[in-house]
Amino acid sequence: MDLCLQEVSVGALRGVSLTIGSGEVTCLSGPSGSGKSRLLRAVADLDPHDGRIFLGEDEQNAMPANRWREQVIMVPADSQWWYDAVGDHGVDRDDAMIDRVPGMGREVLDWPVNRLSSGERQRLALWRALVRNPRALLLDEPTANLDDDMAEAVERWLLDEIRRRQMAVLWVAHDRAQIHRVADHHVAICGSALEARDAGD
Amino acid sequence: MQVIDLAWWKLGLAAFLVLALAGLSLYGRLGLARNLLIAAARTVIQLALIGLVLEALFASAHVYWVAVMALVMLLVAGREVMARQQRRLRGVWAFGIGTGAMFLSSFAVTILALTVIIGPSPWYAPQYAIPLLGMMLGNTMTGVALSLDRLNESVWSQRALIENRLMLGETWASAMEGIRRDAMRSGMMPSINAMAAAGIVSLPGMMTGQILAGSPPAVAVKYQILVMLLISVGTGFGAVMAVSWGSRRLFDERQRLRLDRLVRTQ
Repeated sequence: MDLCLQEVSVGALRGVSLTIGSGEVTCLSGPSGSGKSRLLRAVADLDPHDGRIFLGEDEQNAMPANRWREQVIMVPADSQWWYDAVGDHGVDRDDAMIDRVPGMGREVLDWPVNRLSSGERQRLALWRALVRNPRALLLDEPTANLDDDMAEAVERWLLDEIRRRQMAVLWVAHDRAQIHRVADHHVAICGSALEARDAGD
Repeated sequence: MQVIDLAWWKLGLAAFLVLALAGLSLYGRLGLARNLLIAAARTVIQLALIGLVLEALFASAHVYWVAVMALVMLLVAGREVMARQQRRLRGVWAFGIGTGAMFLSSFAVTILALTVIIGPSPWYAPQYAIPLLGMMLGNTMTGVALSLDRLNESVWSQRALIENRLMLGETWASAMEGIRRDAMRSGMMPSINAMAAAGIVSLPGMMTGQILAGSPPAVAVKYQILVMLLISVGTGFGAVMAVSWGSRRLFDERQRLRLDRLVRTQ
């Protein structure tokens, strides 16, 4: 299902329109403080905003906000954990997905969350979003705390899941090499507008 | 049994002890003297005034004077609840939610106690109605203020966590589950502790007063049990209402956490 933004205004951004096809990754870049996270938050309906946002035929405002956020899941740069064990944050402890997360296995489900490193938290936050089976993903610098090898492993895993489940993905990234590897499209924030860039750029 | 009246000069003796404590605080640079003296002066003035008001009220015993008195007590308690929150909702909400919760719980419980349990005639007889309402309001006020303060403070400090739960598709109520529980607990804890310690660690003030005034202990104990149970019930319902209305107001119609609806008090 396509994720479609029509004339969305939030923070400094004015009248942003953008369509992300299902199974496609659109990378969003821009200087820090330019409003990348604000835009993601607006798409997740966490910040008040103007304009219309659609997932396929369904408009954001036409369904309860929690139903929207079940389908359009945002993974923030710094994830929070509220139960004691990692596995309690999933939806089903038998889910085999954890085996596919780079560097993780079943045993991780029993780990206490306060034992996790920042890189582990970041990967598990992605796992936690994916087990909820979203139609669209909003990723805020999903590999920021990972070393280069692990970052590429996570990219491959994410791309595999994205293609297989045909999710529409808005991916905030600043690393040109990463954008080159994962993006089908690339937009950058320039002042109050989005500017299309070459995905390879 | 004769009640021993206190001469005013004997109260002066107790006041002298407060002055001595203030002097000690000044001498030891404990920084308490000012607050202590202001609070002591307030106690003397406020209680002396309320004594006069109660004398007049008991003499007239009209239902509308009792109602006016109850309303004034409620509004003062509402203001106090607002002042005790470090962060509170903007606009009339802080006052409205606290006062509304206290009104519904304390007034309902007090009226129930007056009409069904104690049964003075008329049911609004000020000797019963005003002290009972005062105890209910005083304790509900503490409970509501503590729970709202805790609620707003936790929401403020745990914003990222609440929003992360929202991002995963939880409803606002489910994202607030732990915070609401904590807020309720801090509002209810004083009354639960008071019930647990009653009679063993502490002799509750009302019972002590009644015994000093010549009631048989058995009667005083029954009244004290009644009051403590009612206080817990009133505080509990008040805190439940305040916490659920307060947390509802922290989210908008799209279930977004709206911290812009909170202001810092100082």
